[in-house]
Amino acid sequence: MGSYVLRRVLQMIPVFFGATLLIFLMVYTLPGDPIAAMYGDKAADPATVANLRHKFYLDQPVWKQYLHYMGNVLTLDFGTSFTGRPVSEIMADAFPVTIRLALVAFFFEIVIGLTLGLVSGLKRGSIGDTLVLVLTLVVISIPVFVLGYIAQTVFAINLGWVTATVQDSTDITQLILPGLVLASLSLAYVARLTRTSLGENLRADYIRTATAKGLPRRTIVGRHLLRNSLIPVVTFLGTDLGALMGGAIVTEGIFNIQGVGNILYKAINQKEGPTVVGVVTILVIVYLVASLVVDLLYAVLDPRIRYA
Amino acid sequence: MPDVHDENDPRPLPPPGSGHFDYAGNQGLLVEQDTLLEPDPAKREEARSLWGDAWRDLRRRPIFLISAALIVLLLIIAIFPGLFTNANPRQSDLVHNYLRKPDWTDFFGAGWFGYDGQGRSIYARVLYGARASITVGLTVTLAVTLLGGLAGMLAGYFGGWADAVLSRIVDIFFGIPLLLGALVLLNAFTVRTVWTVAFALAFLGWTQIARVMRGAVLTVKQADYVVAGKALGAGTSRLMLRHILPNAIAPVIVVATIALGGYITAEATLSFLGIGLQDPTISWGVDISSAQKVIRTASFVLFFPAAALSLTVLAFIMLGDAVRDALDPKLR
Repeated sequence: MGSYVLRRVLQMIPVFFGATLLIFLMVYTLPGDPIAAMYGDKAADPATVANLRHKFYLDQPVWKQYLHYMGNVLTLDFGTSFTGRPVSEIMADAFPVTIRLALVAFFFEIVIGLTLGLVSGLKRGSIGDTLVLVLTLVVISIPVFVLGYIAQTVFAINLGWVTATVQDSTDITQLILPGLVLASLSLAYVARLTRTSLGENLRADYIRTATAKGLPRRTIVGRHLLRNSLIPVVTFLGTDLGALMGGAIVTEGIFNIQGVGNILYKAINQKEGPTVVGVVTILVIVYLVASLVVDLLYAVLDPRIRYA
Repeated sequence: MPDVHDENDPRPLPPPGSGHFDYAGNQGLLVEQDTLLEPDPAKREEARSLWGDAWRDLRRRPIFLISAALIVLLLIIAIFPGLFTNANPRQSDLVHNYLRKPDWTDFFGAGWFGYDGQGRSIYARVLYGARASITVGLTVTLAVTLLGGLAGMLAGYFGGWADAVLSRIVDIFFGIPLLLGALVLLNAFTVRTVWTVAFALAFLGWTQIARVMRGAVLTVKQADYVVAGKALGAGTSRLMLRHILPNAIAPVIVVATIALGGYITAEATLSFLGIGLQDPTISWGVDISSAQKVIRTASFVLFFPAAALSLTVLAFIMLGDAVRDALDPKLR
C-alpha cells in the first residue's frame, strides 16, 4: 500500500509540472500584452511599462519565468497580481466560497444522483426507470447557463422562494439553488452511470448465487450489488469534485457568487496572468489528489483490488 | 515469396483465383498462403455481422429513428437555412419590431418566434444559428477522433515508453478543465470564428478519446486472432488497421457521438461567456447571452435559441445512447 501511494505520488509530479507549464504557456506566450491591457486605450509611458515588465518578470524568456514562478510556488508564494494584490490573498478569499458551493453541489450529486440511479437501475423497464431516463436526458441536454436562468426566474423571481443572487455565501440556504444548478449535469451522469452499472451487475453470477442461497434482498443489494456497482460511480464522483470547483464559472456568474470561477473569469478577461496560473495550479492539485483518493477507495470497495 | 512470373515468359498467367499451383511448381502454396495470411472472407463476414447486427438493432429503435430524423433536419437547416425562411437574420427594425412577442398566426414567417432586442427575427436567427453549432460540433468530433484515436492506438499497441509518454501527456490535459483551458486559449484571439473555437476545443478535448481508444486496443491486442495474425507475419500497420481497429472502434464511436453534444454545449457556453463566437457569426450562445438583459420582460428571446440548442444536443446524445445500446452486447 505504502509503496503504491509513493509510486502514484511520483507519477503525479510530471503531470503537475506538465499541466502548470501548459497553462503557463497558454497564459504568457499567446498574443496579448497584460501590461498594455492595464492601460486600455491610453498611451503608456515606455519607461513605466519597462519597469512593470521587469517587476513582473515579463522581460525574461518564458522558461525562466516558469522556473521562477514554480520556485516561488514551492514556497507557497503565488506572486502578486498586476493590480498589486497578492494572489494568495485573492485565492484565500475566493476558495472557501467555491468549496462551500462545490460541497453543496457534491451533496446533491451523491444523494439525488444515486437515488435516481438506484430507483431506475433496480427496476429496469418500470415507470420510474423511464422517468429517470427521460429526466436525466433532458437535464444533460439543457446547457447549464440556460438551466441557471430558468431556475433563477422560476424559483427566485416568480415564486420568490430564494434570493435571485447570493448575498452571503456563508448562508448555506442561499447556496441550495446554485448548488443544484451546478450539480445538475453531474447528477444526471451519476444516475445514468449507476443505472448502467447496476444493470450489468444484476446479471452477474454472484448475484444469482446469492439469490439461490436464499439471502434476503436487502443483503444482496446492500452487500453484493452496491459494492460492486459503485466502483465506476466512485471514479466519476472523485474526478468530478475538481471539475465542480473549476466548472463553476457559469453558475457563479449567474448567481453572482464571488468564488473561484468569478475571479478566474475576470482574470482571464483582464489577462491577469498570475491569478489565472495560481488558481489553475491549485485546481490541478485538487484534481490529482482526488484521483489518488479514488484509486485508494477502490481497495475499500473491491476486496479483489489490493495494492502491493 | 519471390515474383515467380517472368515478364518474358510467353506462357499466360493463371487466371486469378485459380492459384492451385504456380509456374515455379510450388503446388498448393499460393492458395495456402492466401487463406492463411488473409483469413478475411470469414473475418469480414464476422465484422459485417457485428455491424450488421447493430444496424438491424438500430433500425428498430424509436429513439434512433427520432434522433436520426432530427439530425438530418438539423443538417439541412445548417446547410440551407434560406429554405425555411425569407427573413434576414441580421436585419433590424427597431421602430416596429423591438421585442415584439411571438405571433403564432405568422406561421413560418419572420415574426413567428417574435423579435429580439434589436428588432431581428428570432425565427431566422434560430435557423441561421444552427450552422455554427453543427460545424463546431462535427469539426471538433472529427478532429478529436482522429487525433485521440491515433494517440490511443499508438499508446495501446506499442506499450512501453510510448504508452508511458502518451499517457502522461493525456493526464496533463485531463488536469485542465475543458472550459477553463478554452477560455484562456481563446482569449488570445481577437478575431474568433467557428474554426478558432473548434481548434481550441479539439486541442483540449482529444484526450478523452485517446483514453477510450487505448483501453479498447489493450483489450483487443490480447485476442487470439491478433496473436495469430502476428504469428503469421502480418505487419504492424496491417495488424493495427485490419485486425485491431475494426474491433476497437465501437467504444470510440459511442463516446465520440455523445461527446459531440458536449462540444456543441461547450461552444455555446464559450459564446455565452463572450469568449467564443462573435459577430458576424450567428450563434445560439451569443443570442442567449444577449437575451439575458431582457429575460424578465421578454423571456421568449431566451427561450427559442435555448430550445434549439437543447434540442440539438438532445438529438446527438440520444443518437449516441442508441448506438451504444446497439453496439454493446452486454446490454442486449
